[in-house]
Amino acid sequence: MPGIAITFTSGKGGVGKTTVTANLAVALALLGRRVTAIDTDIGLRNLDIVMGMENRIIYDIVDVVEGRCHLYQALIRDKRFSSLHLLPASQTRDKTAVTPQDMVAICQELKKNNDFVLIDSPAGIELGFRNALAGADELVVVTTPEVAAVRSADRILGLIESIGKGSSQLIINRIKPSMVRRGDMLDTFDVIEFLAIELLGVVPEDEAILIATNQGIPLACEAKTPAGQAFHNIAYRLLGEEVPFLPIFEEPETLFTRIRRVLRLSY
Amino acid sequence: MTQRPIMPFSRRGQPNSRKAEVARIRIKGTRKGLSIALGKGDWHQLLRKLDARLTQAEAFFRGSQVSLDTGRRDLSQPELEELIHVLASHDIELATLQTVSRLASEAAQALEVRLGLPEPIPTHPDTPVPMEEWSEGLLLRRTLRSGQSLKQPGHVVIIGDVNPGAQVIAGGDVIVWGRLRGMVHAGALGNDEAIVCALELRPIQLRIGSHIATSPDEKESASTGPEVASVLDGHIVARPWTSK
Repeated sequence: MPGIAITFTSGKGGVGKTTVTANLAVALALLGRRVTAIDTDIGLRNLDIVMGMENRIIYDIVDVVEGRCHLYQALIRDKRFSSLHLLPASQTRDKTAVTPQDMVAICQELKKNNDFVLIDSPAGIELGFRNALAGADELVVVTTPEVAAVRSADRILGLIESIGKGSSQLIINRIKPSMVRRGDMLDTFDVIEFLAIELLGVVPEDEAILIATNQGIPLACEAKTPAGQAFHNIAYRLLGEEVPFLPIFEEPETLFTRIRRVLRLSY
Repeated sequence: MTQRPIMPFSRRGQPNSRKAEVARIRIKGTRKGLSIALGKGDWHQLLRKLDARLTQAEAFFRGSQVSLDTGRRDLSQPELEELIHVLASHDIELATLQTVSRLASEAAQALEVRLGLPEPIPTHPDTPVPMEEWSEGLLLRRTLRSGQSLKQPGHVVIIGDVNPGAQVIAGGDVIVWGRLRGMVHAGALGNDEAIVCALELRPIQLRIGSHIATSPDEKESASTGPEVASVLDGHIVARPWTSK
C-alpha cells in the first residue's frame, strides 16, 4: 500500500513549519513507520540543520530533478532511525529549479517505499509554495496564535481551495498556556472558530524546542517534554488514532465557556 | 430602535441629479457580463455623463470588459474612438458593440471592435421587459477567505463567512448568513439605497454606493446579533436585523 504525502505550510514565515515537520518525521519513525521528509525551501534550506544532517548532504533535490543522481542516492538516512530519510533542498539555486510536475513525480516515487512523505513548504505563496503543494495528498496548515499568522493561514486555505486540493488540518504552534489563561493570547477556540477547519494538534511553547533545534536533535526523540508529548500525540492522530488534546490547553470551565462549548458541540 | 453608527469618515460622489440621465445610460449585468446601453441625446453630453457615472462606480468597473449597446445611433469613427477613450480612462475594455446602424458597424470594423449580436427580440411582444438596472443575483454557499474577491453586478447572498482580507463588490444588496469581517461594497454601481446584512456585522470597511465607513474600534464586545446597514441621512448606520 503506498504511503501518503503531507505538506506542512503556513504562508507566514517563522511559525515553525520546519520544526513541526522534523519532529513529526521523528515521532512517526519512532512508531516504526517509514518516513521521508522533503525540504522544498530551495535556496534557504534548513530542515537538514534541524534534523542534524547538514554535514552529510551530497546530492539534493535539484540534482535529482536535473538528473545528476538517482532519487534514492540523494536521500540521507537518519543515524538513529533507519526508517527515516531526508531529501534536502539545494542551497545554491532558487525555486525555479524545480517545477510542480517534478514534485508530483518525486512524491509518487517516494510514496511507494514510505508510509509518510512529509513536505516542508517555504514561506510565501509563490512558486515554492506551489511546488510544495503539488505532490501533496493532505495538507497541514501551521499557525501560531497571533492575528497576523492566523490571517496568513486563512489566505493559504483560500489558495488551497482555489487550487482544488482536498482537506486541510491545522496545527497551532507555540501556544503559551499562561498567556492564554490571562486572556493575552488567542486561544485554540478563537483560532478554530476563525479558520473553521479541523484541528490536528496544539504544540506549547517550549524552551527545549529551541535547544533541540540548535543541536539538530528533533525533540520528539526525548518525549517527556510538553512539546515532545504534543508531537507524539499528533503522530498518533496521523495514524488515525483518537488522542485527546492535552488538558493544559482547555479553558478553565466557567458557566460562560461551558455554554459556549455546549453550543459548539451542537454545530 | 437603536442605531449604531459606524464612524463615517468620508463622503464622496456628486449631488443627486441623475434622474434624467438614467433613461439614457443603462447599466446592467447579463449572463455574458456587464452591458451599458447609451440612449438618445447629444453624443458629447452623453459621454460626459457616462464618464461621471463610471467615476462613481470606479472600483466596480476597473479592469472589466463591457458590451455597449448604441441602438440605432449613427456613430462615426472619431465618435466611437472618443467612447473607447472614455472607457479606457476607467480601465475598461470595450468587448463588443451592439448596434443596428450601418455607419456604426463600419466604424467598429475599422477600429477592430467586435460586433455583438443585438438583444433578442421577445417572442411575445406583450412580454414585459424587466426594467431594473440589474436583474441577476448570486448565491454563494461557502466562506470567502482572505485574498478572495467576488464581483457581481446584482445582489449577493453568501451562506458562510466573509473573512478579513476578502472582498465582496456588488451592484445590489449583500446578505451574509454568517460573520462579515472583510470588506463589502454594496450598491457599487452608485446605488445608495443598497443594504448590507449579516448575522455578525463586523466589516473592516463597509461601502454603500458612494459612502464609506469603518467599524467602530470597540474591543470584541458581546455579540450584537444580526444587523443591517444602510445609508441614513448621508451616514452608514447599522441597526438590528429584525423582521418588519
